[in-house]
Amino acid sequence: MTNLIVLPILIPLLTGAILIFLNKKIVAQRIVAVFSSILTMIAALFIVQKVHNEGIQSLNISSWEAPFGITLVSDMLSALLILTTSIIAFCCLLYSFKSIGEEREKHYYYSVFNFLLVGVNGAFTTGDIFNLFVFFEVMLMSSYVLLVLGGTKIQLRESIKYLLVNVISSALFVIAVAFLYSVVGTLTMAHISERVSQISADGMPGILTVIAVMFLIVFGLKGAIFPLYFWMPGSYYAPPAPVLALFGALLTKVGVYSITRTYTLFFYHDKGFAFQLLSILAILSIVVGVIGAIAYWDVKKIIIYNIIVAVGVILYGVSVMNPASIKGAVYYLIHDMIIKAALFFLVGIIINLTGSANLKKMSGLIGRYPGVGWTFFIASLALAGIPPLSGFVGKLLIVQGGFEGKSFFGAAIVLMSSLLVLFSVMKIFINGFWGQNQTYEGEEKAPVKWLLIAPVILVAISALYGVNSEAILPYIAQAADTLVDPQIYIEAVLKE
Amino acid sequence: MEILMAFVIGILFMSATYLMLSKSLLRIIVGTGLLSHGAHLLILTMGGLKRGSAPLLGEHADNYTDPLPQALILTAIVISFGVTAFFLVLAYRAYQELGTDNVEEMKGTEPND
Repeated sequence: MTNLIVLPILIPLLTGAILIFLNKKIVAQRIVAVFSSILTMIAALFIVQKVHNEGIQSLNISSWEAPFGITLVSDMLSALLILTTSIIAFCCLLYSFKSIGEEREKHYYYSVFNFLLVGVNGAFTTGDIFNLFVFFEVMLMSSYVLLVLGGTKIQLRESIKYLLVNVISSALFVIAVAFLYSVVGTLTMAHISERVSQISADGMPGILTVIAVMFLIVFGLKGAIFPLYFWMPGSYYAPPAPVLALFGALLTKVGVYSITRTYTLFFYHDKGFAFQLLSILAILSIVVGVIGAIAYWDVKKIIIYNIIVAVGVILYGVSVMNPASIKGAVYYLIHDMIIKAALFFLVGIIINLTGSANLKKMSGLIGRYPGVGWTFFIASLALAGIPPLSGFVGKLLIVQGGFEGKSFFGAAIVLMSSLLVLFSVMKIFINGFWGQNQTYEGEEKAPVKWLLIAPVILVAISALYGVNSEAILPYIAQAADTLVDPQIYIEAVLKE
Repeated sequence: MEILMAFVIGILFMSATYLMLSKSLLRIIVGTGLLSHGAHLLILTMGGLKRGSAPLLGEHADNYTDPLPQALILTAIVISFGVTAFFLVLAYRAYQELGTDNVEEMKGTEPND
């Protein structure tokens, strides 16, 4: 099965195409979508095992040798990210059934959902820089449609902003690729890496630093780092909960993955400027995200600003660039995808119950909805990084890497941010779940039991991920090895 | 030749930036159009503008122009076509629903309706 690694792209693509024909038959759509997401999950599990046993898998599309054709590469990092993506997608589907509404389901919701997964899985798997651009566009186009589907005023307004920002960043991506092509004359990532090291063997030429910073701007716009995060709080406020969970868990993380990939594979020679810039921006993202998270009394906004904090923490781990911090960044990346999806689901349930996102208008939910309350409580502790849960090991490794790399200030910021992140989510717990019991309009109609399945699955996975870190760390270490030593990646792709 | 192209592309980017900073939604979309023109011309220029035959093997020429940037541009063009079409329809719908094309007025704090 040499074609195994193409399955996470192919299955959602075919499903998306089939679902176009079923647009009026909602039950059939749901069955096909769930079936295909389970298939994707199984394929992703196989890929993780195969990469674990046999090393990096690379596939030359239509048998053109590596630098000349498009190559798909699945190393441990992308395999793990694809597995996480398919788990989140499955939970998101379950959640969508009872919350997205028939109108949206009839208008190609599941189809576009699957195309989004094509883009995300493709971006994680590709080994070609221009192909990465194309998969980015697949992902972004689907996200435009998912964002605006339903056509309420706030969605229309925020879609315009989101679309404009992404059109600009895509144009910048094309420009950055054009510059890189003119310097190195190739588009395959492994080959670019090789040429870049040849060029920078006698001192890093300025143009490569410029290109490195351009890539940081492009992927930073997608991944919402400081000062390029300004579009996110508004745009992510507009869509309904399952779409928001999908965006919050996957889209920004693709930007983070791309920064990690390009900086560890192409620009690792430039420790002086590019990595320092990345480090400073990551720390500032943490600070800005934390300020936003504690400033708002709006449940959605609080979690949205927590995305920025997490992006900052992961990129700080990448910028320190020693084995411990990279391991921490990979561990934290996967943890954060899972827990952000769970939190957005829970926030969606809270808004569904109370009919408002304003914390000051809700209280006493724990009396009637203990399941929601305790799931939210565990998810909050996991987000902040309390020991038995999943956020702990990642942050521990990042802080350890920071201290080893003599970056004490950044490590201290990461530690302090945990405290404020905990405060921001506990604010939701204390104000929303404790206090005076009150009843809300439309509360009885909310299908809480069904909606709670998805976050409970994710929180359980997150707890297992934290408790079983001994068993999982070999996989994470394998992912980190490739990032720390790009030679492994280059040899696997170019087969020298 | 590349230097001339660089200046032209620079002017395109300048106009695009200026237009995208304006208030009317249509001017912004025209700006994105100019931006993608600039980006596509930049790929062509960065691939090199040396003289050579069109990349068709039937030409039997001694040297050809670089075929790779042309393929990249073709891809980027259709993608930006798709996005622009979507953007234009979105702007039309937004004008119908919101009753304005001024981006300054596209704000507010109404709850999720």
